[in-house]
Amino acid sequence: MPDKKAPEPPSSELTSEKLYLRRRELIKNAGLFLGTAGVVGGGLYLLGMKRTRPMDAFVPDGGGLASLPATEPGGGGAYDTDEARTPFEDVTTYNNFYEFGLDKNDPARNAHALKARPWTVAIDGEVHKPQTVDIDQLISWSPLEERVYRMRCVEAWSMVIPWLGLPLGELLKRVEPTSRAKYVAFTTLMDPEQMPGLKRPVLDWPYVEGLRLDEALHPLTLMAVGLYGKTLPNQNGAPLRLVVPWKYGFKGIKSIVRITLTEQQPPTTWNIASPHEYGFYANVNPEVDHPRWSQATERRIGEHRRRPTLPFNGYAEQVASLYAGMNLRENY
Amino acid sequence: MASPPLPWLKPAVLVGGLAPLALLLLQGAQGSLGPNVIEAVLNETGLLALVFLVASLACTPLKLLFGWTWPVRVRKLVGLMAFTYAVLHFLTYAVADQGLALRQILEDITRRKFIAVGFIALVLLVPLAATSTNAAVRRMGFPAWQRLHRLVYVAAALGVVHFLWRVKKDATEPLIYGAVLTLLLGIRAVEAVRKRRRAREAVRPA
Repeated sequence: MPDKKAPEPPSSELTSEKLYLRRRELIKNAGLFLGTAGVVGGGLYLLGMKRTRPMDAFVPDGGGLASLPATEPGGGGAYDTDEARTPFEDVTTYNNFYEFGLDKNDPARNAHALKARPWTVAIDGEVHKPQTVDIDQLISWSPLEERVYRMRCVEAWSMVIPWLGLPLGELLKRVEPTSRAKYVAFTTLMDPEQMPGLKRPVLDWPYVEGLRLDEALHPLTLMAVGLYGKTLPNQNGAPLRLVVPWKYGFKGIKSIVRITLTEQQPPTTWNIASPHEYGFYANVNPEVDHPRWSQATERRIGEHRRRPTLPFNGYAEQVASLYAGMNLRENY
Repeated sequence: MASPPLPWLKPAVLVGGLAPLALLLLQGAQGSLGPNVIEAVLNETGLLALVFLVASLACTPLKLLFGWTWPVRVRKLVGLMAFTYAVLHFLTYAVADQGLALRQILEDITRRKFIAVGFIALVLLVPLAATSTNAAVRRMGFPAWQRLHRLVYVAAALGVVHFLWRVKKDATEPLIYGAVLTLLLGIRAVEAVRKRRRAREAVRPA
C-alpha cells in the first residue's frame, strides 16, 4: 500500500521554534506600536487641532444668499479703498461673534441656527418717532450703497470688505432724534436657542455697543445689510450690523434688534468685560497699545508680512476732527 | 540577545508626538490652515509644547500613584518633544510673525508680560534639553542634575501663565492646564513631605 502521507519537508527548511516565537513577538510589538502611536497622535489632535479644522464646507453658498442691488456701486466712491479685497471665503469663515463660539471659525460653523427673517428692529429713546420696524422696510428707507472699507480688529489682524448698507445718519433722520439725544446705543439679539454661545457667561449678554451722536451721524458710519453684493451671511451679523471703519472691529455690533438714543454715554460690552483694555471710543490708534500687545502693526488676512497700522485706520482725514482737543491716550 | 522591554514604546511616542507637526505641514501645503496661517501655527505649536511639558511632569506621579514604570521611560523623549515644539513656537513668532524685526521682538519681550513669561519658559528649557543625555547625568552627578531639572516646574508654570495672559476673555482652557499642573505638582509635594518624614523617623533612635 502506497504511503498517502505528504512527504515531510526536510528538517533544514523548518522554521526554528525560536524564530517562530520571535515572529509572533514582532507582530505583537508592531500592533502595540501602531496602537500607542495612534492614541498619542489622536489625543494631541483632539487637544489642539479643532482650531484648524478645514472650513471649505462652511463657506456660505453665494447662490443661497439673496442679491442686493447697490444703487451706488462701490470701488470708486470718496470713502472706498482700492486695496485688494479680502476673499469672500475668508470674510465669512474667520471672525469673532462670541454668540456662536469663541474660535474664529465657530461663527461660520454655528450661525446656521440664526433666523435672520422675519426680523424687527426697535428704535426708541430720545426720538420723536419711536417705532419697531421690519428689517426689509428699514432697508428700503435709503438707497443701498456699497462701501469698500478697511476693517481692523483689536487683535491686530485686518481685512478689506465690500459692505452693502445705508448710512446710519439716514436711518436716524427717519426717527427724528430729540435735542436731548447725545448717544446711540445698540443691542444684539439674545436668544440661546439661536445662539449657542450665549449659554456660557463669557461676556455680559446681550452684547451692547454705542456711539456718540456725531460719530453715528458721520457719513462713514454704515448700517450694513450685505457684503460682496449679497445679503449678510448669518456669521457676519445678519440681518443688520454696524460698521465704523475707523474703530476697532468689536465696535461693529452684529444682529441688531434695538437702537436707543440716549442722553448719557451707554455701557459697551468689551468695556464692561475689561475696562482697562477696551474703551468706549476704541478708535484705531497705532500709538496706544493694548495693555498686552502692540497696536503698531497688523496682519492683513492673506498677507504674511505685518503692515503698519494707520491712525484712525487710515480715515484720519475724515474723522480726526471729531476728536479735536481730546486726549486719545486717555479716551482709548 | 534579549530585546529591550517595551521596544515599541519610544518609537510610538515619537511618531505619535510628531504626527501633529506632520499634519500642520500637510495642511499648510494644502492651504487649509484657515485665513490666518501664522496664527494657526503659533497656537498649535504653543499648545503642543505645553501639553508635552505637562505630560513630562505626569510620569513620576503616575509611578507614585499606580506603580507604572513605563511613563518614566519616555519622560526624556516627552521633555525633548516639549522643547522642540517650544522652539518651533518661538521661531514661528520671531521669523514668520515678526519677520525677524529684532527691535520689535526685544520690545515685545521686555514690555509685554505674556511674551516675557513665555520667553523665560523657553530659556529655562534650554539647559534642560542640553543636559538630557545619560552622559550629562554622569558628568554632573545625579543630585546636581536633578536639582537643575527641577527648573521644569517653573517652566511649566510660566507656560500656563503665558497661555492665560494671552487669551482675550475665556480662560477656561488655560485654567484646565493650570489645574492639571497643580495636581501633578501637588502629588510630588505630598510625596516629598512623606519621604522627609520617613527619613527623619529612620534616623531617630528606636
